[in-house]
Amino acid sequence: MLLRVKKLNKSFAVPVLKKLNFELREGEVHALLGSNGAGKSTLCNIISGIHTADSGDFEFSGSNYKPSSLQKAESLGICMVMQELNLFPTLSVAENLFFRSMSDRFGIVKHQVIQKRAKKALETVGLDYIDPAQPLSQLGVGQQQLIEIASVLQRHIKLLILDEPTSALTGPQIDLLFKQILQLKKQGIGVIYITHRMDEISRIADRVSILRDGELVATKATTDISTDHMLQLMAGEESISTDEKSSMTKSFAQKNKTLLKVENLTRRTKNQSGGDSGFEKVNFHLHAGEVLGIGGLIGSGRTELLRTIFGADQAHSGCIRLAADQFKMKRTMRSPTEAISHGMGMLVEDRKSQGLLLSHSVSKNISFAKLNNLINKFGLVNNDTENELAKSMKEKLNIQYNSSNQPISFLSGGNQQKALLARWLAIQFSILLLDEPSRGVDARAKSQIQSLIRELATQGKALIVVSSETQELLKVSDRIAVMSNGRLAGIFNANDLTEEKLLEASFSFYSSEDNRVESIQ
Amino acid sequence: MNKLKSKTRIQLPWNSLGLVAVLIVLILFFGFMSDYFFSAVTFRTLANQIPALTVIAVGMTFVLLIAGIDLSVGSVMALCAAVMGVLIVDQQTSIFLALMSALLVGLICGTINGFISAKWRIPSFVVTLGMLEIARGGAYLATNSETKYLGESVGFIGSPTPGFGISFALVAAIFVVILAQWILSKTLFGRYMIAIGTNEEAVRLSGVNPVFWKVLVFALAGLLAGLGGVFQLGYLQSADPNAGIGLELSAIAAVVIGGTSLSGGRGSVVNSFLGVLIIAVMQAGLAQLGVSEPSKRIITGMVIIVAVLFDQFREPLGRLFRRKRA
Repeated sequence: MLLRVKKLNKSFAVPVLKKLNFELREGEVHALLGSNGAGKSTLCNIISGIHTADSGDFEFSGSNYKPSSLQKAESLGICMVMQELNLFPTLSVAENLFFRSMSDRFGIVKHQVIQKRAKKALETVGLDYIDPAQPLSQLGVGQQQLIEIASVLQRHIKLLILDEPTSALTGPQIDLLFKQILQLKKQGIGVIYITHRMDEISRIADRVSILRDGELVATKATTDISTDHMLQLMAGEESISTDEKSSMTKSFAQKNKTLLKVENLTRRTKNQSGGDSGFEKVNFHLHAGEVLGIGGLIGSGRTELLRTIFGADQAHSGCIRLAADQFKMKRTMRSPTEAISHGMGMLVEDRKSQGLLLSHSVSKNISFAKLNNLINKFGLVNNDTENELAKSMKEKLNIQYNSSNQPISFLSGGNQQKALLARWLAIQFSILLLDEPSRGVDARAKSQIQSLIRELATQGKALIVVSSETQELLKVSDRIAVMSNGRLAGIFNANDLTEEKLLEASFSFYSSEDNRVESIQ
Repeated sequence: MNKLKSKTRIQLPWNSLGLVAVLIVLILFFGFMSDYFFSAVTFRTLANQIPALTVIAVGMTFVLLIAGIDLSVGSVMALCAAVMGVLIVDQQTSIFLALMSALLVGLICGTINGFISAKWRIPSFVVTLGMLEIARGGAYLATNSETKYLGESVGFIGSPTPGFGISFALVAAIFVVILAQWILSKTLFGRYMIAIGTNEEAVRLSGVNPVFWKVLVFALAGLLAGLGGVFQLGYLQSADPNAGIGLELSAIAAVVIGGTSLSGGRGSVVNSFLGVLIIAVMQAGLAQLGVSEPSKRIITGMVIIVAVLFDQFREPLGRLFRRKRA
């Protein structure tokens, strides 16, 4: 046994890994599978020394191992290739490959030596046609990913962790990568392989471990388990009860008036971490009185879709049509200001960096979007009206704070989120977009926010809710659109949808054949 | 607990009081050390020097509040004074028209700064650095690199009104301070400035276009630099194309001593004015004590660093202060 992890516990405020056991054999490719927040990345981060465990026992190569730092893990031969590229675009390919060993003891870079070594390293990943002196930024994202892998392969490794290595690679590149992995297996190196692509698991992995909510659900040989079974295990048996579903009043009927039509909306960008992000050709209608949930994995384009509808980012093609123009005008929102003037609002994904004015008082945060209506003709802000607004919102949403002059940074996450919701409730809107509305809020605030979402729908507003929590989606939505790898995998009636079916749809466009040709460069 | 925490953030009184305390200590110190400090001459010198720096520091406060910086104010001031001087001396324009032209030039320079940096997201440091050179060159060009002497005709701006003791410029500068503080704390514009400095992305996603407000701030800073040029011209009774070299640094120093954050979102115009007073009193006092120019600069530099350090640890100090009282 190469690595043995016993009763691993880790929490970031909430438990992320619970008494997790994990084993990796020598010369084995072991796939890790699980939906968002199942604990895959945390497990790998702990093994590779990035995070420290709260408790648990580790055994590596037959002796006790206490992962404490990245450096220590690497000195033992444990290396991780992360999803996000850790490369330097302005340095040459060779300098990137040998970043930590490129100079002699006087600090002079040994260009000739590393370029010669780089040629060999590039061959291992099939990039022998690349000039090692070339700056890395001239390479495509897939090639950069391979450089990162090549750089790890140069080191003395015993355990290799690959976190979604194929997300930016094309078919032939993947074939080559898999050939390399087979080489590593022969040398007795253990590989932990995280992926969202079900087809890759049977292709490359010997065993697969399925994680759910920080617990190990099952470890099976890949020959003994079907894709369907894996999805089932990821979803879990205790799917949401029908009781809970009906506890939310869902009065929506399809015959309700359509408020928004999204047509072929597309936005494709290269993100920093490699691979393309965004979404393409998304179509749906949104009705008054409806909550449309959007599910899918993180990075499947959900946030980008909301931001583009709201005008925070610009669409590359496609359009939206609004009921206000009888759907006759092809529109794309050029700015949030424009979207708001058309009756939209958006609760942002990351409230600290995109929503809150942290050092400002609660009432100033609540009134901000409405501020231009709270002034007299000299441009003076009417503080009384502002405080009244804050007070009424405090009662309506049950926001807990001591005084309206208190900076919002002192409030709990749940109360901060409610205050941001209040910012939108203060203005006139007919469509509200919510991105992870209950992220980082306590259980009580969460259920209050969910009830509020339903209440707004009952009032005839149309809401789009992006959430990584399947339970939440099933609870609040009338219909659920599932995004997968930047595409809309389907729109389902929430009442007929199970967690398993939702997961299946989320994974549906992540297969090797689906890789976009763009990443070839 | 939460209640106590919230009180530590009500910052203005403590901070202003601290600055006033420093100012009083400085005045007493110099009054004690020098026999001439409490004299009409000192007062007049101060009253003459302050107005230009004050209005420029007001503009700089707004710019720093939105997390920008304006390095061009000294040059823009010189350019505006040069335009006014040339118009009066060479073109025989009326003083009023010349004054308006000077302000207009300042406004245009500021608007260009703001538009380029806000619209195309170029750091204001670089844009205003370019404007620093452009405006200085413009000042030399306009005056043919010569000082334009205007004489008594503009003296009324800068010298104390007989029987009143205070110059028109000082009154105007104090008025600008009060007006700007009022704008900052009471109006929509003020609120947006602080919000942009705190979290520009949140402002944008709340439906407020930050570009417009940022351009407005830089335009105002330019306008106030123009006003500073007018004051300077009145005080010197001439237009010197070399005037105001390094003035941007004095203005930033005054604003920073006043506790405005260089990273934006926090600041006060009144405190910037107190910062101007501290610098001016120190300069005058040290001069009277016979401290040499190099030593004066070293001491001023140290005061700036100490002030920023003090500001950095303001919150813990405030908490300590409060605990003792309780």
